[in-house]
Amino acid sequence: MTMLDQALPSAELPLLDVKDLAQRYTLPRESVFKPAGQVHALNGVTAQVMAGRSLGVVGESGSGKSTFARLVMALEQPSSGSVSLMGRDLHRMPADELRRARRDFQMVFQDPFGSLDPRQTIARIVAEPLTALGRMDRATLRQRVAGVLWQVGLRDADMDKFPHEFSGGQRQRIAIARALITQPKLIVADEPVSALDVSVQAQVLNLLQDLQDQFGLSYILISHDLAVVDYLCDEIAVMYLGRIVEQGRPEDLFAHCAHPYTRALLDAVPRARAGGVRRRRGAQSIASQSTGATGCAYAPRCPMADQHCRDAAPALRNVGTAHLAACHHAEAVMALPPVSAEGG
Amino acid sequence: MSTPLSVSAEVGAATARRRLATGFWRRALRHRSFVTGGALSLMVLCAALLSLVWTPWSAYEIDVASKLRPPSAAHWLGTDVLGRDIVSLLLVGARSTIMVGIIAVGIGLTFGVCLGLIAAARKGWTEELIMRMSDFTFAFPAVLSAIMLAAVAGPGMLTSIIAIGIFQIPTLVRVTRGSANAIWAREFVLAARASGKGGFRITIEHVLPNVLPILIVQATIQFALAILAEAALSYLGLGTQPPQPSWGRMLNDAQTLLFQSPMLAVYPGAAIAVAVLGLNLFGDGLRDLLDPRLARER
Amino acid sequence: MSGSANAPLIEVKHLGVRLNTSRGPAQAVRGVSFSLKRGEALGLVGESGCGKSVTALALMGLLPDSAVISGSIRLDGSELVGLSDANYCKLRGNRISMIFQEPMTALNPMHTIGRQVAEPLRRHTNCSAGEARKEAIALLDRVGLPDAAKRVDAYPHQFSGGQRQRVTIAMALAGQPDVLIADEPTTALDVTIQGQILDLIADLVAERGMSMILISHDLGVIAENVQRMMVMYGGTVVESGATDAVFTRMGHPYTQGLFRARPRLGARKGTRLETIAGTVPELADLPAGCTFADRCAIVEDRCRVALPAVVDVSAGHGVRCLRTDVSMAEAAGVLGA
Repeated sequence: MTMLDQALPSAELPLLDVKDLAQRYTLPRESVFKPAGQVHALNGVTAQVMAGRSLGVVGESGSGKSTFARLVMALEQPSSGSVSLMGRDLHRMPADELRRARRDFQMVFQDPFGSLDPRQTIARIVAEPLTALGRMDRATLRQRVAGVLWQVGLRDADMDKFPHEFSGGQRQRIAIARALITQPKLIVADEPVSALDVSVQAQVLNLLQDLQDQFGLSYILISHDLAVVDYLCDEIAVMYLGRIVEQGRPEDLFAHCAHPYTRALLDAVPRARAGGVRRRRGAQSIASQSTGATGCAYAPRCPMADQHCRDAAPALRNVGTAHLAACHHAEAVMALPPVSAEGG
Repeated sequence: MSTPLSVSAEVGAATARRRLATGFWRRALRHRSFVTGGALSLMVLCAALLSLVWTPWSAYEIDVASKLRPPSAAHWLGTDVLGRDIVSLLLVGARSTIMVGIIAVGIGLTFGVCLGLIAAARKGWTEELIMRMSDFTFAFPAVLSAIMLAAVAGPGMLTSIIAIGIFQIPTLVRVTRGSANAIWAREFVLAARASGKGGFRITIEHVLPNVLPILIVQATIQFALAILAEAALSYLGLGTQPPQPSWGRMLNDAQTLLFQSPMLAVYPGAAIAVAVLGLNLFGDGLRDLLDPRLARER
Repeated sequence: MSGSANAPLIEVKHLGVRLNTSRGPAQAVRGVSFSLKRGEALGLVGESGCGKSVTALALMGLLPDSAVISGSIRLDGSELVGLSDANYCKLRGNRISMIFQEPMTALNPMHTIGRQVAEPLRRHTNCSAGEARKEAIALLDRVGLPDAAKRVDAYPHQFSGGQRQRVTIAMALAGQPDVLIADEPTTALDVTIQGQILDLIADLVAERGMSMILISHDLGVIAENVQRMMVMYGGTVVESGATDAVFTRMGHPYTQGLFRARPRLGARKGTRLETIAGTVPELADLPAGCTFADRCAIVEDRCRVALPAVVDVSAGHGVRCLRTDVSMAEAAGVLGA
């Protein structure tokens, strides 16, 4: 490893640079005569993550956030657009170089029960990213595994056990240990705490925070839960049907959000407080991901949509410092009273 | 330092493996199908092994003077039409049965599992090609091809082994590919891909160990089918040739004398039934013990 | 069959359930008591392994045969514990119904939704296939499924998660039950759909004069949807009372811990989430005494002796803790945190 490899990227150069990322899937043919339908999972996403900072990606089912995660991790080829890590385009690298580059970006998955091979010991599972990179002698491997297990709060003795001997929270720690072992710069966490109980969730979130403070990691945290993302991330991107509809700092999104969908999300989160009168929520039509129609994708569900919204799709534009929104009425949305918080 | 760590870790690893193994045997010995099937299969295997060192009489010794004798102290199950001791015939016949079974299933497993794993890993045209080839083989009438092979290569044990082996392959390709596809969809395979491992390493390190339980069970079923197939081929005169004893041919020989000495058909028939039943029960028991229990053992 | 309008519809006294687990017998539920009148909604909140789902299954009579149930469950005065399976079948779907967490697996993929919604009707009433179908369409329309008449012959896989859950709600209500148990009905759904489904359930419950038991792990869902709540931990109810009363002043250290561990909207980055030390105990290895003792910050020796009795900290608000004086002194400012 040369000094160049060790040097962190400078403050100007983003660690991860995603430009106009788009992904289309072709559905299986339903009829011999009609062409196969297409699903636009991602419709042009641009984002940057700086070293040591976290980006949160929030969206519901069909928003494209999981597709985004898979493309950033170079598990699929995008239909168009690019993902660059430290200046190098991941999808245009030769396979060998990509494999070596993977030491710098790792992933934590949602399902603590499914993401660990039930037939392998913890030592083998956690060491996998290292063994993928090349040969290493057994003693060193076990030392590295022990080290990283200790980081996440597990013990040496756990190395030779099997996944079914651990609880959900512990398995997620094992998954985090696996992501840490190559000392990556970026960790993509896809719903890392959704399957966990609240008290366990808190432990894992604290752990993620500690690891970031200690190692200067960058996170891309994908979640449907705004509160989780709010807690860990410096910047949040809200996705809807394959596009980023709003992006900005958590406090900006929370205090004056600029997109009706963000507002709907904030409003929908149930509040744990006394006197929680049940709020009436209007009927929402179901949105589909198929071939792009004209106009704003959120218009069918939006209370503020007008003809202009249905004719012209709004572009993601600046509505404040480091605050972007894709809405023709962003200023009007920002002027609305802030969504009430918990605890009062 | 690394030394104390690695020593204690080695002990830990060994304890973990032993813990898993003893738990398995405790459950296994309480499982009815496993024990019964295991006992029956073991009996057949022991008969075959025993025949290598000792049989009551020589299975090849013809003594026409004492033909068709009923069971007696000298001949425990009697003699056949040529005066050969039936017990000895059954013991030596077990040998050919087991050998054909093992080698034929071996051929099926080797090629079938490899092709199935390749089909699941590569997908696309490779998968299509392998599956269609396997369908084609499957569709071909097994007995006709065995006859064809015998006509070309001459009848004998080798012919029957090859014919039976070839016809095991499509089933194993199908089973392997189906289970492997299910494993490829699991999240830990995605995690392995995210680590940078390629198709080959993932197949060997993740897919194969996870489809192994299903394959082991399928192998026992295939073994039973192979025994039946060998018996059928021998009955037709295409399998093991005289004077080599074979259960299938014993059945054939007994055909003409069915009304005079029906027991001559019952003994080899029972032997085949015991072997097939034993293997099926053993396979059933193994499936119960290996698959869902291991996942549920929490 | 029903008594006066104010008599409790369902009354549970000292319910206990012992299950056989791979590690030996486990007391999954201990000493659970509550009663519900018509039109009332009760929330059961707790994490995995606390016994809330086991309680629901006990009410439905859906526990495995090896389970040992003690205590009493009375539906309109008649005892349900010890009822034969044949008699219980007459009640399920008819007088007491359940909605499950996963709409994907709760519906049979091989039957049309019309058939599945009509099933309780065919089973419990004498209506013909035609009448049942008409009723099914009406129900599907009531639960907000668009184009119910046309989609009644569609299969589950043709619907989204939220729509499938509406279908299961229609199924649960088809037999016009008196009691509805909803086990995490919105956990698997998007947050913008959750509110609609919960509103729908609440509307239907009020409309038909049913009682509802809502089970959730989410304190927010409980706060917004039920008037009374019970917090469960280690198989016992550790706190119960009117939702407003409990959220104003939480009495049990576990309830407080659960509340503080929730990530809150608007918290600044860098704030640490307060966690509850330790992990949930195995049901087969429950400690003697208070089940929360090993994780409690204010535990004393006397807490470990026996399961604490319920202390009434105010009218209708009970806390199973020996140190409510300390825990509630701290709790005074919990919402200002």
